[in-house]
Amino acid sequence: MVNSIDIDLLIVGSGLAGLRAAIQAAKVAPHMKIAVVSKLQVMRSHSVSAEGGTAAVLYPEDGDTLESHIYDTVKGSDFLGDQDVIEKLVADMPSEVYQLEHWGMPWSRREDGRIGQRNFGGYSFPRATFAQDKVGFYEMQTLYDTCQKFDNIMFYNEWFVTSIIHDNLRFCGVTAIELSSGTFYTFKAKALIIATGGAGRVYSFSTYALASTPDGLDMAYRAGMALKDMEFVQFHPTGILPSGILITEGARGEGGYLLNSNGERFMKKYAPTKLELASRDVVSRAMITEINEGRGFKHDTGVDCMKLDLRHLGKELIIKKLPAIREISLKFSGIDPADEPIDVRPVCHYMMGGIHTNIDGATEIQGIWAAGEAACNSVHGANRLGANSTAECLVWGKITGELAAKYIMDNKPTPPFPLHLVANEEKRIYDGIFRGTGGANPYEVRQDLTEIMNSKAYVYRNENDLVEGLKLVRSLRLKTWKHVDDKAKEYNTNFTNVMELDSMFRVAEVILMGAIWRKESRGAHARTDYPDRDDKNFLAHTLVYYDSKEPVIKTHPVTITKYKPVERKY
Amino acid sequence: MATVTVPKKESQNLPGNPKESQEQQKTVTLRIARINPGEDAKGKFEEFKIPVQKWTTVLEAILYVKQNLDHSVALRYSCRQASCGSCGMKINGKPRLACYTKISELESETITVEPMSNYPIIRDLAVNFEHLFSTHKKMKPFIINEESEIKPGAKEFIQTPQDLEKFLQFSYCIKCGLCNSACPTMATDASFIGPQGLAQAYRYTADNRDEGKKERLKIVDQSHGIWRCHFAGSCSNVCPKGVDPAMAIQLLRGYLLGFRK
Repeated sequence: MVNSIDIDLLIVGSGLAGLRAAIQAAKVAPHMKIAVVSKLQVMRSHSVSAEGGTAAVLYPEDGDTLESHIYDTVKGSDFLGDQDVIEKLVADMPSEVYQLEHWGMPWSRREDGRIGQRNFGGYSFPRATFAQDKVGFYEMQTLYDTCQKFDNIMFYNEWFVTSIIHDNLRFCGVTAIELSSGTFYTFKAKALIIATGGAGRVYSFSTYALASTPDGLDMAYRAGMALKDMEFVQFHPTGILPSGILITEGARGEGGYLLNSNGERFMKKYAPTKLELASRDVVSRAMITEINEGRGFKHDTGVDCMKLDLRHLGKELIIKKLPAIREISLKFSGIDPADEPIDVRPVCHYMMGGIHTNIDGATEIQGIWAAGEAACNSVHGANRLGANSTAECLVWGKITGELAAKYIMDNKPTPPFPLHLVANEEKRIYDGIFRGTGGANPYEVRQDLTEIMNSKAYVYRNENDLVEGLKLVRSLRLKTWKHVDDKAKEYNTNFTNVMELDSMFRVAEVILMGAIWRKESRGAHARTDYPDRDDKNFLAHTLVYYDSKEPVIKTHPVTITKYKPVERKY
Repeated sequence: MATVTVPKKESQNLPGNPKESQEQQKTVTLRIARINPGEDAKGKFEEFKIPVQKWTTVLEAILYVKQNLDHSVALRYSCRQASCGSCGMKINGKPRLACYTKISELESETITVEPMSNYPIIRDLAVNFEHLFSTHKKMKPFIINEESEIKPGAKEFIQTPQDLEKFLQFSYCIKCGLCNSACPTMATDASFIGPQGLAQAYRYTADNRDEGKKERLKIVDQSHGIWRCHFAGSCSNVCPKGVDPAMAIQLLRGYLLGFRK
């Protein structure tokens, strides 16, 4: 008999979205059993690495407006963002910033004691609310610490969820492994919020944590929910070499320059008005174009790069406003940005796509919501603006936490628990993976997979590369990597790593298929063979459904309220 | 104790897997503590020869072993940029973050990695954090203020940059647990709150938005509390984020002794 735990609300994933959801649910329903289940220790989710800011309209008296935040986001999304969803984000954000502040968030302050904001790419007003350059870290800490107030929030640290159980209509529970003991469990619960974050580790050069694999996306996909707009992968312009660690856009927001090998601020050719602060897709393409045309630099590792120059900002400003950037540069690249420019290159940073949800974060299955980067409610469309993702996590963490709690309080009858699905899942992971055999090293296969993605589905794409990439991924998958050499039960990360790789294959396939299907250039998806946006044929969201033979592609309409698509220029 | 020779991996000229340039083919010996209390309480060290470059971190070196030489090495890690606090361990005898320690800065041909002291071992380098997490919770690490839930139309509490300065450095804590591992008092009193918890008690108490000073002082003023610290200062020496728990403890004592309001 499989061990079982009964919970009311289950939240899988413990980043900003998951923790914000837990707090909201605990406020709405103080007697409800709420479990936050994370494959990491709860406070270690990759939201801690968000650096630059959280967008919100706080100072209408200085000229900012909700409408301007809405339009900047719509334009940033290359008109693929659902405009009703964007309106909701913008309307709910100011109170989220103040709520976090009331919970202890150490926002940086202006001299008058009010909350500080800075410039960020793609915005017409400096509305990125900041706490030095450690915004995500402080937000995580504030939410984690605030969770400690509620005795009905339980943390399950280092539990790896493997599948979602439902009866085709309604959510029933999940299966999970307690990492420390290696014991397999079921959680029976009334509602689920998936907040497992992005999956950027499918790329080899990535700002993401090593833990940011697509297990959450994949379990939803296997359970029949669509993945939406997965071809839109954001490449942040400034990943530092050689590690790929993020250098925040705040570095350019504070006045940093991007230079080519002629010493030119080349962005003036590509975005004459916004220069370095054009939106991320635009800057990343400009950098790769400069490199392709021979005006790049070579890093010590032989990798092409550009220079980010902060020297003119002066040591004092760098230390005060960009301390983490200085720390990262010194420690991981041996460069003091006050003395030397930083070697940077576009780096996988965010997935606009995710689990298909509506404006409330509800998925296609009753009782399941998704929030944060794991979800795709289409707030970012084809390209996310900086400082809008921490914002998204807060707003939809709150919304889904509240809705899921109210759904549970309605006390709908729970479906009988489909135990045969638990048996199937045990067979899938223990017979199919843990007791598997084979000669291929799963870690080498994982490295190869991520390099295929990096070389075939990067900043610029074309039919040949993408088709070739899909072929390579599918043949790599046939290698005999599904085995776990570590036979211990306790803390077996070899086992979880191979399950992660299994999920990476399915999600990489979805990214490539979406990218092949979308024969246009929009936002972060730039096809050299289809250089223009094609609103006639592709002003639509991509949905990909799991099928045991081949994934099925469908489309979903874009919601336009006010702003008809026009040409996007910076 | 096996010394394993490294199989030559095909090097690829792609970011994320930097091509090894010929002149930098340096190797070091990595000694990893292997222990699984579930199977055998007596641990051992295993040695591996690994290639390093000037930017190779201890975390990368251990992961090199896990990925290429022995998949069963157990360790906790995630962000690889000293933000998440996962990879605390003893490196050549000193508590450090593995991702934040370059092999080159250790100036040693042999690198020894062991689980942090003062924590129960789960397996190999991964330790159990239950005491740290539950103690942190007991410190009431949140703003205690009747108005902490905002009302519609509310704006922020005013906090000047000077107010912020009073507690900001203590909020850099990433809960990596290195300070508790270095603390000599923790080694002799397993129930001691520890520098991590005490620093967080101070962090919230020093926040001008907070009104929970009385409650928190009562919590730290007990037998396994603040008076057990004898200011060895090891906690502050090992903090990778520059937090100074020893200072926080002194400041908290100042409140209790009536030097501070």
